[in-house]
Amino acid sequence: MSRAVEESNRAMLRARDAMDRAYAELLDIPALARIAHVSEAHFIRTFRATFGETPHRYLQRRRVERAMYLLAQTDRDVTEVCFAVGFNSLGTFSRTFRQIVGESPTEYRRRRVPTDVPACFAKAWMRPSSFG
Amino acid sequence: MTMNAISRSQIYVLDQDEALDFYVGKLGMEVNTDQDLGFMRWLTVNLPGDPKREILLEKPGPPALDPATAEQVRELLAKGALPGSLFMTTDDAQKTYEDLVAKGVEITDEPTERPYGIDFGVRDPFGNKIRIGQMFPRG
Repeated sequence: MSRAVEESNRAMLRARDAMDRAYAELLDIPALARIAHVSEAHFIRTFRATFGETPHRYLQRRRVERAMYLLAQTDRDVTEVCFAVGFNSLGTFSRTFRQIVGESPTEYRRRRVPTDVPACFAKAWMRPSSFG
Repeated sequence: MTMNAISRSQIYVLDQDEALDFYVGKLGMEVNTDQDLGFMRWLTVNLPGDPKREILLEKPGPPALDPATAEQVRELLAKGALPGSLFMTTDDAQKTYEDLVAKGVEITDEPTERPYGIDFGVRDPFGNKIRIGQMFPRG
């Protein structure tokens, strides 16, 4: 029994790793179930039993996490970020982001505290002075 | 008096021969010690040129753990829920990544430039996490 659970867990982890790695690509349930070598219905049920959430929800959280990073660390606009992390509709992205983070992408970006000085400021302030 | 080095760290593996295939055969580490102590197989590896930092590849099981606990450990490891991450550095993350992909190593995270360097993630055959980074100079 234990060996079967181990093998199932490892297969589910392989599918979850694929979501972490290829979050920006089109990753549907058939593709993930193939990675785990199980049927689609079995995949969703087993993934949920193993990790406590559906594969769809895991992928949403992974994409939102990447979106949070891009919103905080880059100047790319919200629509660009939305497509860059694998969403194909701005409406779905905004709704999902708000549901998971508790605020909209724009509000999140406004509130974040920059960890690094934006490149344009660094460029302006760190260049050698020509004023003597 | 304070301690002066982290000389050995431990991770669990489900099969020590398979662990050797992966850590030595694919990641390019070296066997430091492989000794049958009777009660356990003491198996450690290190990166080439760095023999003072060994990783103990330990198999969970009795008598150190009771069978039911060992089973839990194995199942948690297989779902990636045990600690025991390894962080390694390289001079060229992209090249190392391509080398490992060619050897069929499972990638969890493509090489990405981050504030501290360029790094990527690898999964060992059992569920352990490994991060390999080309770090930017600090300060």
